[in-house]
Amino acid sequence: MRSHHDMGGEPAGPVARTEHDYVLWEKRVDALLVLLSRKDRRLMTVDELRRNIESLGAEAYDKMTYYERWIHSISQTLIQRGVISIDELGRRMTQVEQRHEKGEL
Amino acid sequence: MTDHHDHDHPHATLPDAADKLTYYQTMEVAVRELLIEKGILTADEVRRQVEDMDGRNAGLGGKMVARAWLDKEYKQRMLGDGNAAAEEVGLDHGAYKLIVVENTPDVHNVIVCKLCSCYPRWLLGLPPDWYKSRNYRSRVVREPRSVLREFGLELPDQVTVRVHDSNADMRYLVLPLRPGGTEGWSEEQLANLATRDSMIGVALADDPNPK
Amino acid sequence: MTDEELKPHFTPGQHVRVRWATPPGHVRTPWYIRGHRGVVERLCGAYPNPEELAYARSGKPRQPLYRVRFAQREVWPDYAGTPADTVDLEIYQHWLEPAEDSNP
Repeated sequence: MRSHHDMGGEPAGPVARTEHDYVLWEKRVDALLVLLSRKDRRLMTVDELRRNIESLGAEAYDKMTYYERWIHSISQTLIQRGVISIDELGRRMTQVEQRHEKGEL
Repeated sequence: MTDHHDHDHPHATLPDAADKLTYYQTMEVAVRELLIEKGILTADEVRRQVEDMDGRNAGLGGKMVARAWLDKEYKQRMLGDGNAAAEEVGLDHGAYKLIVVENTPDVHNVIVCKLCSCYPRWLLGLPPDWYKSRNYRSRVVREPRSVLREFGLELPDQVTVRVHDSNADMRYLVLPLRPGGTEGWSEEQLANLATRDSMIGVALADDPNPK
Repeated sequence: MTDEELKPHFTPGQHVRVRWATPPGHVRTPWYIRGHRGVVERLCGAYPNPEELAYARSGKPRQPLYRVRFAQREVWPDYAGTPADTVDLEIYQHWLEPAEDSNP
């Protein structure tokens, strides 16, 4: 079955020549991938990054922004590899939200 | 952890929206902090990598293009081995193999990554949104001439259009045609004409004397 | 190390066909090119198989990777550009079969 990301040749509209300056959190996501996949570390590969993005499903793939798909995929890969656990990620995310609300982030 | 936005960087980064953290922004902070605490990364490394990527822009690719326009032998070496040619002008080529494809009066090249967004980032910086968009990725392989027309580039029938789908381990750079009226120009001046879009193949190099 | 890398079977100029198959998982041979016929433009080297790397496996033995040139008119029945227009893709050896040299 053809996957949603495999879109070469599909009908589509005019190319909107949008560009945006990447914001800091996006650049940090990019940096995480570069650092984690570097040969001296090999904690993940771009292939795992791509696979985890490709398995998002059509709706999520289209709704999420580029770097949202990346950070989703990086965290999935790290979980799959046993580098972080779901529980510790969930707890830390809650804590980050709380710190942000208190203006401590 | 506070983010300082008042560094005097030459390319200032937009600050993150102060009021609300999205789910994925929260995830980014959490993942990064956990990796740092586990000793896998340092905050310094992340910062340096962000700065490194910030410093990469089309000027780097432009340097190679300008050298190729001035030096036929360099050009041949570049077409044979893009990575070695990048090193020759003091650029690092990144982990991937670079293939440089030459535009001629008879052939025009254009690059895409249909499956995702592969791009020679270490030479041109991060890719523009449109390069990663559904519409570009779907259409440029099937109807390149009409996509190029949308970018303002009309190619006559005698010019063959070659689309390069960068779908595996290679990364591509287009060597655009040198614009006329640039005899005697320095390498630095020429490098400015090699725009990012001309090295992707959706435009020609800037023409200093447009008719 | 020869057991870590497969020998290349195809040479530049050789006519090849992209195998038709529809495996699930992470595949770098786009759907639109499967079943189509082209000409090997160059051997790019040998690389670990991305289909396996995607599942954190080694991807060895390394697969030869080829740049294959296809005539747009062969790929898209309604291609509107000129007959000489091409699309070049990188295809891993295990997706390629020899094709007859004769022009269709």
